[in-house]
Amino acid sequence: MLKVFTCILTRDLTLALRRRTDVLTTLFFFVIVVSLFPLGVGSEREMLRELGPGVVWVAALLASMLALERLFAADFDDGTLEQMLLTGQPLSLLVLAKVIAHWLLTGLPLVIVAPLVAMQYHLDPAAVWIMMASLLVGTPILSLLGAIGAALTLGLRGGGILLSLLILPLYIPVLVYGSGAVSVSMIEIADTVPYFYLLGAFLLMALLFAPLASAAALRISTE
Amino acid sequence: MKINWFKYASPTAFYPLAGRLVPVLFGASLVLILFSLYWGFFETPDRLGGTNPQKEYYRIIFIHVPSAWMSMWLYLVLAAWAAIGLVFNTRLSFMMANAVAPTGAIFTFIALWTGAFWGRPSWGTYWDWDPRLTSELILFFLYIGYIALHSAIDDVRRADRASALLAIVGLVMLPVIFWSINCPDPNQCAALHQRSSLSDIESNILTAMLTMTLAFWIYSFAAAFARLRSIILTREGDSTWVRGVLEREASA
Repeated sequence: MLKVFTCILTRDLTLALRRRTDVLTTLFFFVIVVSLFPLGVGSEREMLRELGPGVVWVAALLASMLALERLFAADFDDGTLEQMLLTGQPLSLLVLAKVIAHWLLTGLPLVIVAPLVAMQYHLDPAAVWIMMASLLVGTPILSLLGAIGAALTLGLRGGGILLSLLILPLYIPVLVYGSGAVSVSMIEIADTVPYFYLLGAFLLMALLFAPLASAAALRISTE
Repeated sequence: MKINWFKYASPTAFYPLAGRLVPVLFGASLVLILFSLYWGFFETPDRLGGTNPQKEYYRIIFIHVPSAWMSMWLYLVLAAWAAIGLVFNTRLSFMMANAVAPTGAIFTFIALWTGAFWGRPSWGTYWDWDPRLTSELILFFLYIGYIALHSAIDDVRRADRASALLAIVGLVMLPVIFWSINCPDPNQCAALHQRSSLSDIESNILTAMLTMTLAFWIYSFAAAFARLRSIILTREGDSTWVRGVLEREASA
């Protein structure tokens, strides 16, 4: 079983690294959206420090959603997905491997590039660490939940816009606690640990249930 | 005597039953709505609360609270029918979930709308990003997502099953919405919207409010059944019994 898991994981990673534009598009989308905000709302230092966590998180949300459409689409088009459904292996495990590959390609780069965009918003070094940590725990949840939506809207006309309608409401708790942790870290007496407990709990729940739900959705979409 | 529990699980059997129930339910809900409006306007005190009383405008409560309750309850009903449909693969359950969704969305919208009108005189603002208001807005998005996904898929069977799964996934948000209103500890959740305070409400106000809740509940049944009848006719359009029904109605 582990063999199948690593096989799918390496396959998806190899495919993506042969076509680097897809990965870079998401990353640059994130950087551009974050850079646009100071141009729109003005570049006052204090205001940017306040807006920063929320803007970075919303941009991460949009970037990871933008990439979701491709999660199953290519495999669905060339029939690979159908073969995966027909193998004797548990489908939720295959889905989990695909989601993890997807997160490594679209979520992890956002975490790595976060300090750079945090500098645009004059965040403290401590807040930057908190932001990286909250993105590190939070973005896998986005990929896991998004996989359900991507599976449900597979092959539909206007699937992308529908996907955002279905998935964004479910993203709200992650957004609230993710950006909340960063905002709270700028207050000296405040404690960010509860936020990370909650994000961690969301991640565990999503890890447990989202692959099952996505697998069920894939079966519905491809039957 | 053996009862056939699944008799009305067939659209053929349920269609005439719903047809008989719809006028009765609509009538009953209308009577109850008129009664509770009368009671709410003429038999209740002019002010609400002790230290910081709310004047006449508090009467929005008779619409606001029942519709907020119904908005949450109907989502539960929707998800329950969706789950039953997925487990037992019954056509009527999916149709029922489908018929409930618009009513639920409407009640959510009414709760938000009346809440805004209530917020203006009492808080001085139409909207605030308070957890209770925000979570109700999320609920509205969940209803819209369900309806949008269902109408985006052409194949009815896939549409039913996909949106049913979405409804069940959305269920994880329901506890958040419920506990943001019924927060167990006021110190834990600072918010503008007051806590649920049913226990210390004046009895006449409670009467009008609970009657309105009952009225809205019966109305939901009536509206869902009426919608269900058209869904049944649309989906079973090819069958002989539907053609029989249509011919009889055309000649009558």
